[in-house]
Amino acid sequence: MITNAILILLLPLAAFVVQISFGKRLPRKGDWLSTGAMFIALFMALSILVDAISTYESNKVLAAQTWEWFSFGSVHVTFGIVIDNLTAFMLFVVTLISALVHLYSIGYMHGDPRYSRYFAYLGLFSFSMLGLVLVDNFLGIYVFWELVGLSSYLLIGFWFEKDSASNAGKKAFITNRIGDVGMFAAIMILFSTFGTFDFDGVFAGVAAGGLSDGWLTAAGILLFFGAIGKSAQFPLHVWLPDAMEGPTPVSALIHAATMVAAGVYMVGRTFVLYSADALFFIAVIGTITAFMAATIAIVQKDIKRVLAYSTISQLGYMMVGLGTGGYTAGLMHLTTHAMFKALLFLGSGSVIHAVHSQEMDDMGGLRKKMPITFWTFLIATLALSGVPPLSGFFSKDAILASALEYGMRHSGQMWIFVIMLLSAGITAFYMFRLVYMTFFGEPADKKKYDHAHESPLTMTLPLMILAVFSIGTFSWGWFEHLISKPSLAAYGAVAAVAEHGGGHDDVAHTAHTIAMISSIVVALSGILLATTVYYWKKISAETWGSRLKPLYNLLWNKYYFDELYAATIISGTLWKSRFLAMFDLRVIDGVVNGVGRLTAGLSNVSGKVDLRVVDGLVNLVGRIVAYAGARLRTLQTGNVQSYLLMALFAVIILFVIQQF
Amino acid sequence: MDNVLSWITFLPVVGILAILFVPKDNKNTVRIIAAVFTGLQLVLAVWIYRNFDSSTSAIQFSEQYKWIPSFNIDYFMGIDGLSVPMVLLTAFLSFICIFASWGIEKSVKGYFAMFLLLDAGMMGVFCSLDFFLFYIFWEVMLLPMYFLIGIWGSPSRTEEDGMVRGGPYAAIKFFLYTLFGSIFMLIAMLVFYFNVSDPVTGGHTFNMLHLMDQANHGGVLKDFDVRLLIYAALFLGFAIKVPVFPFHTWLPDAHVEAPTAVSVILAGVLLKMGTYGMLRISFPMLPDAMKWKYFAYGLAILGMINILYGALCAMAQKDLKKLVAYSSISHMGIVLLGMSGLTSLGMNGAVMQMFNHGTGTAMLFLLVGVIYDRAHHRQIDGFGGLAVRMPIFAAMMSLAFFAGLGLPGLSSFISEAFSFLGAFGSETFDLRLITVVSTIGIIITAGYFLWTFQRMFLGELNPKYAELPEINGRELFTLVPIGILVIVLGVYPAPLLDLIKTSLNELVEVVKAAEAPTMLGLH
Amino acid sequence: MEVGLNHYLALAAILFSLGLFAVVTKKNAVTVLMGVELILNAANINFVAFARFIDTDLDGQIIAVFVIVTAAAAAAVALAIVLNLYERLKSINLDEADSLAG
Repeated sequence: MITNAILILLLPLAAFVVQISFGKRLPRKGDWLSTGAMFIALFMALSILVDAISTYESNKVLAAQTWEWFSFGSVHVTFGIVIDNLTAFMLFVVTLISALVHLYSIGYMHGDPRYSRYFAYLGLFSFSMLGLVLVDNFLGIYVFWELVGLSSYLLIGFWFEKDSASNAGKKAFITNRIGDVGMFAAIMILFSTFGTFDFDGVFAGVAAGGLSDGWLTAAGILLFFGAIGKSAQFPLHVWLPDAMEGPTPVSALIHAATMVAAGVYMVGRTFVLYSADALFFIAVIGTITAFMAATIAIVQKDIKRVLAYSTISQLGYMMVGLGTGGYTAGLMHLTTHAMFKALLFLGSGSVIHAVHSQEMDDMGGLRKKMPITFWTFLIATLALSGVPPLSGFFSKDAILASALEYGMRHSGQMWIFVIMLLSAGITAFYMFRLVYMTFFGEPADKKKYDHAHESPLTMTLPLMILAVFSIGTFSWGWFEHLISKPSLAAYGAVAAVAEHGGGHDDVAHTAHTIAMISSIVVALSGILLATTVYYWKKISAETWGSRLKPLYNLLWNKYYFDELYAATIISGTLWKSRFLAMFDLRVIDGVVNGVGRLTAGLSNVSGKVDLRVVDGLVNLVGRIVAYAGARLRTLQTGNVQSYLLMALFAVIILFVIQQF
Repeated sequence: MDNVLSWITFLPVVGILAILFVPKDNKNTVRIIAAVFTGLQLVLAVWIYRNFDSSTSAIQFSEQYKWIPSFNIDYFMGIDGLSVPMVLLTAFLSFICIFASWGIEKSVKGYFAMFLLLDAGMMGVFCSLDFFLFYIFWEVMLLPMYFLIGIWGSPSRTEEDGMVRGGPYAAIKFFLYTLFGSIFMLIAMLVFYFNVSDPVTGGHTFNMLHLMDQANHGGVLKDFDVRLLIYAALFLGFAIKVPVFPFHTWLPDAHVEAPTAVSVILAGVLLKMGTYGMLRISFPMLPDAMKWKYFAYGLAILGMINILYGALCAMAQKDLKKLVAYSSISHMGIVLLGMSGLTSLGMNGAVMQMFNHGTGTAMLFLLVGVIYDRAHHRQIDGFGGLAVRMPIFAAMMSLAFFAGLGLPGLSSFISEAFSFLGAFGSETFDLRLITVVSTIGIIITAGYFLWTFQRMFLGELNPKYAELPEINGRELFTLVPIGILVIVLGVYPAPLLDLIKTSLNELVEVVKAAEAPTMLGLH
Repeated sequence: MEVGLNHYLALAAILFSLGLFAVVTKKNAVTVLMGVELILNAANINFVAFARFIDTDLDGQIIAVFVIVTAAAAAAVALAIVLNLYERLKSINLDEADSLAG
């Protein structure tokens, strides 16, 4: 199994090396090579997953091996891989989506001048992401963490002739670095305390109480900073919408399904490290992120941006799941979300490929033209909205239950659950808005509509496969059995660390029941609301003519305010979401830009100081010497007699001095 | 092979003699001779690498002869784990630089003779174990460097602020600044000479091994305040070479005005002499002074300032070569920070960083030279979209930039990470704080490198450069070996680390064992 | 009154002062050279006087003879310089010979 894991890791790396070196000279520019390599990796990952499921033991470590990487004498730095149930799932998810995205890209990227370069970067990304899930220590995870950031940078800026693309790539890398510095600080704390990078070693140290509560909480929160950057959590989420400048399959693979989930995976992997305060911090950040992103998604017109904000929002969900102690819920949502969000992005890519536009205003009525895309997209949308019995329902329900249970156990913390529930409704609403504007209604642009056609099989096949995985393949029971909440006690005698909630008692049971009912209700109301607003609007003849008017949305909502009791909420939400979109653009994005500008300004100032003051002092010393020389040279008249006279006076003075 | 260190040091001098006998017009013969002799030097360096016993911290390949018996001055050469990476780096970069200098047409004989003399001087510094000999080699380097920058650098010009800049200005500035520092070193050296006695003969001695043994110290060296003063004098001498803020202003000037190959040597090897000197002389000879709280903190704080200040200055630069020069200041700050923690990790990380910065910055300067040879300017904003026109060049540049910003998988990541980890691991809260603040530097570094890359290579192709030729074979020949080294050491740093760790761990033990009167909380 | 050491010394001092006065004040190079001769001979007087009164061997006299010889040589060289000076400046006024001024 270790050999398999190493091969899974090395296949995409080999594909990268071959493609970057002489991909252009291969037949078909080598797309078959990269794609083939990923499919082989997929089958290997599948065999590992089958092993894991057939063993059916909780958190079973299936295989682990460690090699010495280098050593400082007393300190040995190792590189190792560990395969447990979580890794097995992650390997499967990453290889599956990566392989499908490879396949899909053959059609999508057809004819691009840097076709082979594109596949090379995909290979680099797959390698880094697989390394990230396989590695067994903090240094290793940081290494691959940065490498996925690099491949993300390269792929966002893939069409670098566009300034917006190269700006987005840069923004993504630097924003991530900010989080990474926090993560590195956490690693410094852990390493300098325990002298090892290994997860097991550090956890054992924590279990033995090797770190005071304050430092432990600090380390947990700092470690989470890395996840804030990578998983686009508030307040570092601003890079992800911009990252949509990259090719759409890349958005599906990196900026929806796998890389952005790396933060969630990392928190899950290091779960036992977090103190109660650190977990609360994670939950709060997750709540803010989930809610804010969801509200923003409502007003977006660009189909990929809606999905991007949706991704941020769902990542917030996963964080809330983890933060409130719902370890399994968060990681399960990671898995299910990867499937249906990849499907959504690939579906939107198929649409974009057909109409050559990302604006939903240019679309409409495409369901007849693109039936496969439409049906698979619909399945994914239902899953994301949390409609039973699709996969998203189980995971989202579990997160909500976890949040509710947290609220019931900690007084005053019920708000997390409420906001998350609200966001679930918003999610259902904006997703169906997207579906209706894209696939239903009359074609907005007749010429584009006529030109549109269903995508080739290389693109639709991945959609169908992912659709299968979005339908209830993941149900709660066995997943929880395989990936259940780890306990610090497993790593040694616990020195008075309070276990954070959980368990199968009455509270949990009640929470699950309430959460399930309320989440179904909320999802259905979101869908109903969207249907009311964006599907039935066609029936209304009055609004048909006002489609292009600026007050369209406001009017439309007002109309339903009269009809439905809840309409007031929508109007308020729309207003709020516009405000938040602006807030996002002006304040949060502005702070990032402002900090950038401030830094540039500061560096300008320090550059000036360097030139004028520091360098000026150096030159001043030279000037003083030159000035003194200019004064003293007048003494040298060239007249022998004056020299002699001076000598004479000198002698006399010396003589006089000697008398005293 | 006996006397390998003498061979490796004086081979370039033999090369100079050979070059002097070549008629002036046979430019290619001169170049080939220089390449052959530096090539031989590289072969010797590889031989040393293969035969070096890394399991001991003892001096190896040592040669000792009486040189000036009346003053007890010996010709004493020898290397340990601290010097070996520097010897390898010097031989490697000198060989590369001969090819980077192939395009020099102005008095070729003189150029290569000077270059070989510089090479000999550098190698001598890293191999000598007699303080007097060390000092001589240290000064020998100045002369060829002065001429290389002054004659083959950019011509003198008057800038809009009325300042005269250019090669001659930079050369004088470099020369005077370094000389100023060496004077203090000379004073410190003489204090050692008169107050340390040879354990065998009882006379004065310049032998570094004797100077390191605290039992030999006598006279005013028994006085802690004097030791602090001597440490400060030595520090000044070395700090100018590093360069440590605020003694760094010679560096951007010298780098910018020097020809490409000389910039490579300057950043790749000469800067390392400052930190090498600290580790070879200041730390082991005055361990208690180094351990004194204020000096240890001072080193860390200066390291932090170097990191942040250098990075911020780099961001404001419009000239690409100046940007790279400031980035060197920033990266050398990491070396200082790593040393200041007095931990095994930090010390090893710092020496690895010396080596890795040498290769990484060499690549950057070579690449700057490539673009300057084509476009005849270095204004970052003057380019744009070059990745379309010169994909291989862009790829090499991105490799160098990512190495500079410490991307994992490339060599400087390991060394930077462990310099930080080592400083943080000193368990002093203040030092931890300084380290955490310093890590902000890696964000700024990422910022300016990516921003620069974007402005030069991304976006629409500047129509002015639609016909710019791609990087050629000779230039690739200089870059690819360094690139390979950067990647290999990034993935598997053990070969480098194994060379140095025994000696450096020993050094850490020596410094740790020293007792300083006012040690507060440093471990 | 017998002529003693002090008389010789006084004479030498007067001669020396006169010589110094000529060297420092005169503009004519030849006069300055004459002043130099006076200074040298003042010293000679001292040598001979000391040799006579303090130290009775012949060292002082021998040195005096040396001084006379070197003074002659020096005068020759000096006059040659003066001639050259004249060739150049068409004058032997020392104030005009200031080409070494800084």
